[in-house]
Amino acid sequence: MDGRGEREWRGPRSWAVVPFAESDRLNSCSSRRLRGGLARTVLPRFEHQQSRVLGTLLVPRKAERRTLWTHRLGTTLGKTSPSAGTRPKPVLSTGNRCPLQPLLLGLLFVLVFFGYGFLSSRRPMPGGVGVRPSVAVGDPDGRPVVALSRMLYPQPKALTPSRSDVLVLTPWLAPIVWEGTFSPEILDEQFRLQNVTVGLTVFAVKKYVAFLQLFLETAEQHFMVGHRVTYYVFTDRPADVPRVPLREGRRLAVLAVRSHARWQDVSMHRMETISRFSEQRFRHEVDYLVCVDVDMKFRDHVGVEILSPLFGTLHPGFYRADRQAFTYERRPQSQAYIPPDEGDFYYLGGFFGGSVAEVQRLTSACHQAMVLDKANGIEAVWHDESHLNKYLLYHKPTKVLSPEYLWDQQLLGWPSVMKKLRFVAVPKNHKEMRSP
Amino acid sequence: MGSERREEVLIKGSRISGTGTRGSSSCRQTQDEVGEEQPLRKQPQGRYRQHRYASLYLMTLDLCVYSDDSWEEAARVPGITLTFHYCYWNPKSQHLKSLLAGTGAAVRESHTKHLQPDALTPSRRDVLVLTPWLAPIVWEGTFDIDLLNAQFKLQNATVGLTVFAVKNYMSFLELFLRSAEKYFMAGHRVNYYIFTDQPELVPRLPLHSGRRVIVLRTQSHERWQDISMQRMGAISQGARQRFLQEVDYLVCADVDIEFRDHVGVEILSSLFGTIHPDFTAVSRYSFSNERRPESQAYIPEDEGDFYYIGAFFGGSVPEVYRLTEACHQAIMIDKANHLEAIWQEESHLNKYLLYHKPTKLLSPEYMCDNDLLKDMQHQKKLGLSNIVRRIRIFALLKNKEVKSGNASQKVQSTDGQ
Repeated sequence: MDGRGEREWRGPRSWAVVPFAESDRLNSCSSRRLRGGLARTVLPRFEHQQSRVLGTLLVPRKAERRTLWTHRLGTTLGKTSPSAGTRPKPVLSTGNRCPLQPLLLGLLFVLVFFGYGFLSSRRPMPGGVGVRPSVAVGDPDGRPVVALSRMLYPQPKALTPSRSDVLVLTPWLAPIVWEGTFSPEILDEQFRLQNVTVGLTVFAVKKYVAFLQLFLETAEQHFMVGHRVTYYVFTDRPADVPRVPLREGRRLAVLAVRSHARWQDVSMHRMETISRFSEQRFRHEVDYLVCVDVDMKFRDHVGVEILSPLFGTLHPGFYRADRQAFTYERRPQSQAYIPPDEGDFYYLGGFFGGSVAEVQRLTSACHQAMVLDKANGIEAVWHDESHLNKYLLYHKPTKVLSPEYLWDQQLLGWPSVMKKLRFVAVPKNHKEMRSP
Repeated sequence: MGSERREEVLIKGSRISGTGTRGSSSCRQTQDEVGEEQPLRKQPQGRYRQHRYASLYLMTLDLCVYSDDSWEEAARVPGITLTFHYCYWNPKSQHLKSLLAGTGAAVRESHTKHLQPDALTPSRRDVLVLTPWLAPIVWEGTFDIDLLNAQFKLQNATVGLTVFAVKNYMSFLELFLRSAEKYFMAGHRVNYYIFTDQPELVPRLPLHSGRRVIVLRTQSHERWQDISMQRMGAISQGARQRFLQEVDYLVCADVDIEFRDHVGVEILSSLFGTIHPDFTAVSRYSFSNERRPESQAYIPEDEGDFYYIGAFFGGSVPEVYRLTEACHQAIMIDKANHLEAIWQEESHLNKYLLYHKPTKLLSPEYMCDNDLLKDMQHQKKLGLSNIVRRIRIFALLKNKEVKSGNASQKVQSTDGQ
């Protein structure tokens, strides 16, 4: 195992047969083994005439299926056949009937038959081609286990729960992060040894730039202290971004985005922007992405205990509620629809994150869902939050953050179950802020 | 448990392959089969059905078109249709299955009925379920196996189970395999890697589908301690040579155990160890760690999280490789210094897991022994509830040196309840 191999290892590999059309994900796939391998030889590109035969044998991607369908329909009915004759020619036939053709085709058949069988028993590869589920089972952190040095701390007691008043483990064995469940020292050490860089994205559009000063100042005090951080501030007013002194190892990048007339659109376009920038930029610069609302301030430690391939945060207004009371989107016409008998938690749109790859998948899926909704003339009841909840219901997060990680003290007070309020809402005048 | 779990996602492949009609020679027949398809637990979404029927329609089209042509082309038809059927209906075809299920495959089918988790109610009030480094400790009541199985199925992963049956320990193998067939990763793909010096004595047991036995020859030693310690080297070598290509997860177990209850995908993680049942409630000062600083396995008395048992550990193949290689190197260095750790490779395992925190821990449910059983019976008599609610794996021999000469008698499953 050379160093490179170790660095690329993200946990148990998952299935990815390379389809015969190239996918973006291949480029980000850390292992390039299948490229140029048997799959590509046997499954040539879809456009090629010969390959259309194989295209019918193996299910093409959704977009291309329509082409296949219409083309074959056309060919059969003799409408668009390239070598149009008096009767419809099957796609199979080429111009000249050479005697070797049956032999070649037989050989192709054998290759495909056995090649596919061979491939399906092949070990799955990392960085799957979009068909991979979110994360491996029971893999709280897809990174290699690092070697710690000697540390002194109290012994964990197997017969004493860390918290007796709350749930600290989801039914799919993802930790729910409450105060008292984790040791910051051990976790800090683990993440420092991996030299992780955390990206924090925040959108300060129009009047919301006013929140940046307090947000950034408190983040400097409480967010990932001791680790490398890059703040990504998306704004339409770059000149209004305050200059906050940053500690060592931390930097700020101001990224220009367009604003929208409606605040709902501003909120929803965050998904598209994050997804686009993840692909272009974040995956080269940071290991983890944390995506938060800007009208907040940090009050207490928010550290590496939150980092995981995919995490969501419990909405402070719904952690006590029944699933029927969750404000999921309830209209079946919407992509964000969740039936009343489904749902684990109600997650916040204002604090989610994970590894760059997973965040990209999430934001991309939400964005596409929102586009579909728009095309159907519907807008989910809580906009991007509804779509986020839909995604996290079917792609279970590998960590869940307790409401300590996003709280509104004005509205909800300070119940005894909250040992710390880490990231709290800044009082604001909604009407004023959301006006143009 | 879970052995009846089929691929619940929308391909009917499992049913067809079960009846051996995979690759039917006429698409018309397949159409009929689809026509009488029973709805699965949840109706496939509109677009899934579209895909399947679209492709079947295409095949019919093929047939109609080709049958008009000369015999040369007609002869190609069964071949193509056969291939299509094979590729399409192949239940191992995860790619297709996922495509049908949509990008970002869903776990929808097992969703509807599972209970909502309650954020204000702990799953267990009597035990620790999360380590300070946020690794889950797997106890009964902490997990929903249906959810985990559904997630695992999407990965289409294979689990390898390594076991060493050397010299007189061969006699444990049959019970081990038979109980593993019943309880270990039921419904998933498993490779049993049996390291033995007597390959001809490996029992041939009937296996469920998706499971196979691979027998690997290994050398035996005079002393049982050497046999025990050489396992680390053998596993690391096996990982390097073949496990990496063949399986995704490795579980390394002692042979003198019996599976008595569900042991499934809830244990799988990058790196997991099992809490030794005798040390669950013991202070770290009393752990039986190696205490001589000269040994590579030395752990000072003020360090230590849990005492892990050497009989059941595992993780992803690269992590298990790292662990076993590190332990093997440490054992070699100790040997060169004429040292042997107090509990052989278990001491080295504990050293490794102290400084490379496991990402999951298994509770003593996953390795019980007679002492624990007696404790539990005693608790029961006193009307107290037990922290160990299920006995999943039972260690048949307490201390190896007691039985080192004498394991030739037939081992029977003891029913300690």
